[in-house]
Amino acid sequence: MSSALPIDASALAEADPPFVPPRWHWARKHPTLILGAVLLVAIALLSIAAPWIATHDPQDIDPLARLKGPSAEHFFGTDAMGRDVFSRAVWGGRVSIITGISVAVLATSFGILIGLVAGFVRTVDGFIMRIMDGLMAIPGILLAIALMSVMRPSLITVIVAITIPDVPRVVRLVRSLALTLREQLYVEAAHAVGTRLPMILWRHVLPNMIAPLIVQATFLAAAAVLAEASLSFLGVGVPAQVPSWGNMMAEGRNFVAVGFHIILYPGILLALTVLATNLLGDGLRDALDPRLARQI
Amino acid sequence: MTTVNPPLLEVSRLTKHYLSPRRWLAPPKPPIQAVDEVSFQVARGETLSLVGESGCGKTTTAKSVMRLIEPTAGSVKLEGKELIGMASETMRQHRRDLQIIFQDPYASLNPRLKAGEIVAEPLRNFGIGAGERRERVQWLFSRVGLRPEGVAKYAYEFSGGQRQRLGIARALSLNPKLIVCDEPVSALDVSVQAQVVNLLMDLQAEFGIAYLFVAHDLAVVRHISHRVAVMYLGHIVEIADRDTLFASPLHPYTEVLLSAVPVPDPRSRPKRMLLQGDPPSPANPPAGCRFHTRCPLAQPICSEQKPPLTLRSTTGRAAVSPSGAADTAASPANGAPSASGGHWVACHFR
Amino acid sequence: MTRPRGAFGADTPLLEVEGLRTWFDTLTGRVRSVDGVSFTVERGRTLGVVGESGCGKSVTALSIMRLVPTPPGRHMGSVRLGGTDLMTLSEREMRRVRGNRISMIFQEPMTSLNPVLSIGRQIAETVRLHRGGSRADALGRAVEMLRVVQRPEPERRVQEYPHQLSGGMRQRVMIAMALACDPEVLIADEPTTALDVTIQAQILELIRGLQARLGMGVVMITHDLGVVAESCDRVVVMYAGRKVEEADVVDLFDRPLHPYTRALMASMPSMNTSTARLAEIPGLVPAPSELGRGCAFADRCSLARDRCRVESPALTDQGGSHVVACFAVQEGWQAAGGAAAGEAVGQRAGEAVGVAGRAPDDGVPAR
Repeated sequence: MSSALPIDASALAEADPPFVPPRWHWARKHPTLILGAVLLVAIALLSIAAPWIATHDPQDIDPLARLKGPSAEHFFGTDAMGRDVFSRAVWGGRVSIITGISVAVLATSFGILIGLVAGFVRTVDGFIMRIMDGLMAIPGILLAIALMSVMRPSLITVIVAITIPDVPRVVRLVRSLALTLREQLYVEAAHAVGTRLPMILWRHVLPNMIAPLIVQATFLAAAAVLAEASLSFLGVGVPAQVPSWGNMMAEGRNFVAVGFHIILYPGILLALTVLATNLLGDGLRDALDPRLARQI
Repeated sequence: MTTVNPPLLEVSRLTKHYLSPRRWLAPPKPPIQAVDEVSFQVARGETLSLVGESGCGKTTTAKSVMRLIEPTAGSVKLEGKELIGMASETMRQHRRDLQIIFQDPYASLNPRLKAGEIVAEPLRNFGIGAGERRERVQWLFSRVGLRPEGVAKYAYEFSGGQRQRLGIARALSLNPKLIVCDEPVSALDVSVQAQVVNLLMDLQAEFGIAYLFVAHDLAVVRHISHRVAVMYLGHIVEIADRDTLFASPLHPYTEVLLSAVPVPDPRSRPKRMLLQGDPPSPANPPAGCRFHTRCPLAQPICSEQKPPLTLRSTTGRAAVSPSGAADTAASPANGAPSASGGHWVACHFR
Repeated sequence: MTRPRGAFGADTPLLEVEGLRTWFDTLTGRVRSVDGVSFTVERGRTLGVVGESGCGKSVTALSIMRLVPTPPGRHMGSVRLGGTDLMTLSEREMRRVRGNRISMIFQEPMTSLNPVLSIGRQIAETVRLHRGGSRADALGRAVEMLRVVQRPEPERRVQEYPHQLSGGMRQRVMIAMALACDPEVLIADEPTTALDVTIQAQILELIRGLQARLGMGVVMITHDLGVVAESCDRVVVMYAGRKVEEADVVDLFDRPLHPYTRALMASMPSMNTSTARLAEIPGLVPAPSELGRGCAFADRCSLARDRCRVESPALTDQGGSHVVACFAVQEGWQAAGGAAAGEAVGQRAGEAVGVAGRAPDDGVPAR
């Protein structure tokens, strides 16, 4: 019933097709992540280097040179007041990057705090979530505008105004993660060996939440950059003299026919930044997904 | 008669009912009676196994004893102190004496912690200093048969059997008096199972730890237990010394269970008793004796009256009632069979 | 050596697996999940495939069914079902074979059933796919199959959904689906591992009965030697992707020859006898990417010599169509305790010949 041919594994091994080790698998598998990261880093470096790269003082008004197109002296041309668009653009990048990062960090931090409380303390769960639901019912940008109208305009208040509408989204995510993680066996085991609740949250729950939260944070950053630009465009963002892509585009709005470059360059940079952040977020989500990660 | 060993763990009429959430405009659903008035005792250094099939409530019982699930009613006494209703900080202190090993060696270890940290966590919780922790973890690792380098590895770098050893090391770290073993070897291969079972028995011999061993694999139970309790749909239907239960089971369900185990001997094809039908759901248990719907001996009285757990014989050690005095009366007043001996069965006809 | 005819006389084998190899090239190396396995399945007979996790038994079954995704996986060898080599068929042709001439049931019935379709529809789907016919006919066949697998009131049951059923019931539905088109061969991959022991008894009884009625060949994959003893006629023992022993079931339990088989039997706790300690097999199953040229069991075998680590033993017949791949058995090497490999030492007494385990411990208090 069985084959009586001696099976010599060494002979068979030579008959095997040769082993070709798969190379560059990780990089090939995560093009979005790499692309997004590279783009974002490039833009960030550009903005950080603003004091050294900018060819002119961004506030420098030169009425004689207004509305000039791109040239060797003004890479991106000049705006209606003769200010160098290139210099304003790279300084404006700072506003966007700082806003993006700050909103992401703040919204995530508060979201974690509130979300953990909601997830682990059943008595206040309903109360907290109803407040969050209420906040989410108001369109974010409107809420931000309303907040700005009662606060003195500055970068910090813009950041706060954008953060507040974003917190409920994070709270929801954290709460659902908390509810799942609460049921994990290793959390039960920690309880069984006498670990107190705060320590359980710190050692067992938080570290296992990080991955989806990081992904969420990148999307928050992208949205925040857009939100700041929108607020500045509408005139309720950063103060007018601080260069921001948003208010650059607002000022350029009236000069589309004669000076399209005023809107074009900040617009391109804005789009690239948001794109890069979204790509990064997508890429991170795929890279950190444990199910996908297990594939060869 | 024999000297009375005060039981280490005394469980009395333990009950856990799960209530389904009330919906508006719908009639309330009956509660799921996962565990219903379960009583047993475990003596020092002894292994009591809870056996039964899925849905019988053995895991719920084990976790209720640990208060990882809060029981609905009943009493659990560890060395005479009542655990149910204890304040949470006092309960936490008692966790030093009452530990648990879980069934799933993969899910019970935090994937982001190093093995050494996992095993050291109980020591940290009770204020043991870093130096002493390190020493103790080294000692624990070697005692359960893991290499000392393993301390710095992550849990996923270990095999299933090794992870289970980590779980044992963690449970052992505080020198508990009783360890609840929730199907600790079900997820392991046969050869690895042997290693873990041997380890558990060695630890019991060396440290005098008692085990509440929850399992469905009767061969393993037979190897490791001193006493065995058989559960069906939330009740204990039989409890006896290991040898008595396996040699002369009295309850019809026990007989069926024992006959269903496949024997690795191709020559013997024992006449197997097959149960008819499917197990009833704990949400809607049969009235009277819960086994009567599938029992070959069923009579009308079985669907009307639930048979109490009664002492049928005192084989083995003498039966001792909860009050401490030797007692061979038919059924103890408060329905708590002792662990120190005797063969108890819940059946009208056996 | 000439190839022996089937041990059961003129029965032509339904399924002939020869030199089956399945491997995956990964970042960590070549993973040889199945490393040269051959066996045959005959009409009305059950072949058991025994081994622990990682031994390749499931991958063998999936390879036979051509369910292994072939971009990462690759095959060598032949799988002949009644003359046709399944390895050479196109995917389209293979789809006509799966579920029709050769069926498989899996360990986890919950994940194998579609939760949004009623069980009647799922069974009927198989029938319509392979046999055509109207929906009503197919549903009729589904009802009939449910009756065959002993579901009471099958007309009502066809409309139920998987989540309404218990594990044992779901497994019956899987069996109904697998048998709906009267396959010649049924592969059962650990069909009862996830079930309670009383349900397991029912399911094994059911499979046995159906086999007697329908005459199909069954491949029973399991790690439980008790299940093997009860339901199989012939047994293949696998370790690390290779077949290490094959024999008729009675012969295998009477005289297990391969050190791994003996160790496996010795490490199982018994319902009938008592030992102080269970025999342990030291070490771990080697990872499939670490297999070298020698015998895969050499590192854990107390009879192993240098030859075992460099040369892989061939399968040789030890009489009565009982084949073993082990130098110690073939050449009669002695174990440390003086007992020869291959002697029928009672494995129930806790002694394990050929296993470097600890001796029974006298210090354990009596139970």
